[in-house]
Amino acid sequence: MTRYEWLLLLHLIGAFASMGSVVVFSVLVASGAQVAAPQLTFLGRRLWDVGGLLTLVFGVWLALDVDGYGLLDGWILTAFVLWAIAGAAGIRLGILYSEGDEPPSGSVVPLYAVMAFAVTALLVVMIYKPGA
Amino acid sequence: MTYASIRPDDWNLPLLVHVLGAMVFVGLLATIAVLLVAALRTDDRAAALRLAFRTLLIGALPSYIVMRVGAEWVAAEENVDEDAAWIGIGYIVTDLGLLLLIVVTVLTGLAKRRVGRGTEPGRLVRPATAITLLLIAAYAVALWAMTAKPA
Repeated sequence: MTRYEWLLLLHLIGAFASMGSVVVFSVLVASGAQVAAPQLTFLGRRLWDVGGLLTLVFGVWLALDVDGYGLLDGWILTAFVLWAIAGAAGIRLGILYSEGDEPPSGSVVPLYAVMAFAVTALLVVMIYKPGA
Repeated sequence: MTYASIRPDDWNLPLLVHVLGAMVFVGLLATIAVLLVAALRTDDRAAALRLAFRTLLIGALPSYIVMRVGAEWVAAEENVDEDAAWIGIGYIVTDLGLLLLIVVTVLTGLAKRRVGRGTEPGRLVRPATAITLLLIAAYAVALWAMTAKPA
């Protein structure tokens, strides 16, 4: 495997972990966090941590390594903004589910919606690469 | 230094459908694995198995179809060489993966019924968990194949 393929693979593993975290929180939100909530919250938070780290580190590395991409490209800057929005919402959502014994309510759905929208938008930006 | 390869715009939508379906599917497999493990360890086994079964039926099977349809669509757009090793790995993983997914669904459904009748479900849940973890590992191999594209 070339260095580019390794970087892309690790970046994609991070992307799968991030979307996996959204999926786990989707099941938590849809089920009202009544079933296996501590275990699912643990999985969702760890996937979010790993996914966020891998996508950012290897995404930046790819942008620096690939001729034709730059960190100041519009689509990459857009991805940074979406990553930050998703990261903030996802971390806050994980904390809400981890706190206390009762399932959280109120702010869970808006936070989940922001997280899911930002991660999906990130995927769209990564595939369409507008302006590249 | 690697040069950026820009794919034709026509490939973007099928690729998005394929990748989004695959990401959701793998995320659901991880969720189901955790629910099955929880079903062995928690007091509320019936609820964990019910949620795992619903997640399989409402989430995993439809997302598998989206992933698979997206794969065929993008392969048709790209006019790929179907004899390439990476395409073969993709077909093996997804075709065998569907069989194993059906096995997991049946085992989980039977375990759910057993718990409903007050019977121990462990002999059904453990193999279902193992197969689910095997599926996740197989899809990791498929991800490698899609990335490295071995000839």
